[in-house]
Amino acid sequence: MIRAKDINETTPWQDLTPGGEIYEPGTARYFNTGNWRTNTPVFHEQACKHCMLCVPYCPDSSIPVKKGKRLDFDYLHCKGCGICEAVCPFQAITMVAGGGAHENE
Amino acid sequence: MKMNKCLSGNEAVAYALKQINPDVMGAFPITPSTEIPEYFAQYVANGEVNTEYVTVESEHSSMSVCIAAQAAGARSVCATSSCGLALMYELLYVAASCRLPITLACVTRALSGPININHDYSDSMGARDTGWIQLYAENNQEAYDNMLMAMPIGEDPGVRLPVMACMDGFITSHAVENIELLETDVVRKFVGEYNPENYLLKKENPLAVGPYDVSAYYMEHKVQEAMAMRAAKARVLEVAEEFAKISGRRYGLFEAYRMEDAELALVIMGSSAGTAKAAVDQLREDGVKAGLVKIRVFRPFPGEELARALAHTKAVAVMDKSEGFSANGGPLFADTCSALYNLRERPHVIDIVYGLGGRDLTTESVEKVFRRLESIAATGELGPVYTHLGHRSKEETA
Repeated sequence: MIRAKDINETTPWQDLTPGGEIYEPGTARYFNTGNWRTNTPVFHEQACKHCMLCVPYCPDSSIPVKKGKRLDFDYLHCKGCGICEAVCPFQAITMVAGGGAHENE
Repeated sequence: MKMNKCLSGNEAVAYALKQINPDVMGAFPITPSTEIPEYFAQYVANGEVNTEYVTVESEHSSMSVCIAAQAAGARSVCATSSCGLALMYELLYVAASCRLPITLACVTRALSGPININHDYSDSMGARDTGWIQLYAENNQEAYDNMLMAMPIGEDPGVRLPVMACMDGFITSHAVENIELLETDVVRKFVGEYNPENYLLKKENPLAVGPYDVSAYYMEHKVQEAMAMRAAKARVLEVAEEFAKISGRRYGLFEAYRMEDAELALVIMGSSAGTAKAAVDQLREDGVKAGLVKIRVFRPFPGEELARALAHTKAVAVMDKSEGFSANGGPLFADTCSALYNLRERPHVIDIVYGLGGRDLTTESVEKVFRRLESIAATGELGPVYTHLGHRSKEETA
């Protein structure tokens, strides 16, 4: 069985799965889809109360959580929709123009 | 033991499906294919099959049902005609590109408009580029036989393409003929179980079907599909060989009728071939070296084989039962010409568009076409390359 990790943009047609079938879950994490972004959320850690409201609102699962703390954005998958900024009660997220990743401030 | 029965084409196909006992049918009625889901509904109601019979609100949905079911691992079948096939158009591509070997009984009928329920190939010809294998039947027996061969062809792991088993609306679908049926256990053994390697309901590994394909992958997947279509040709012949063993009936990519020494030939499809064979026999009696090639497998197109069959002829008329509106001849003409072009010596070829919307083809009109070929062969003067036949005109036609 051909696994997703064994396929890339240099793989010849003979070694791809028929019709592009994928035989395992969660393969989207291997692909950088964050480069579509034209606006970027910036995380202000000192303002964050870790209420976790932003996490379920994120349509792209781009807000990682570890041990009850939300971490900085996963910019490989964030599309810059700005929903997190709109739902944050503490102004801990602000959107800036452009698609580049931002270190949290 | 073989059984002889008087069945209409639709009934013969429905009976074949009953013998196969598929897992799922996406059912929606449209003339002239309606009888197929209708007969099949009786089999379901009588408990003669285990099929999940899904009634839907459109052909877009009946094909969607088949796609989802086939992806889940169920053998799925469907029947449609004309505008129903047109409404499936988007899904036909999805089925083929997801490499789901669904079987569709296509009872061919003219497309609207003007609205018309009778036979021509404007529906199936419109679907010729969708990636479906297309088999065409001349009569009820062939419609039955093609339905039995469809799954072993399409489901082969080296092919994995959906199959459209086509017959002529009303002419074949509603005419009753005496045909020979195989026993159900022989059919089941021949068709076998549908055992895809991967399917949605396989719990060992989750499967994604039809994911978005970026430019870096799309073309490779299309090449895969094209290669599968190419591979289907050998598979069609392999299955025909197996089928001959259980039925005694032999099938190829096409039937060459009285072609051994033919100088003038037709390329034709479906029930019209029966009429044309009668005309060929008559012309042979008159000493005309006439023959015909009846295309059974239109997709994959048997280009090289057809070129070999026609190479020794002097003049060929391609009989197109659909108007492709290319202003350059019909679809069968285009494929025949491209098959012949690389021959060093090739016959003159003309295209005759005939029989649209159920317009009758007679032995007299076929003879008229052969008379034109005779004069082309004798003089080398081609005249008009692409003409219509059997319509009213102020000008002389053929």
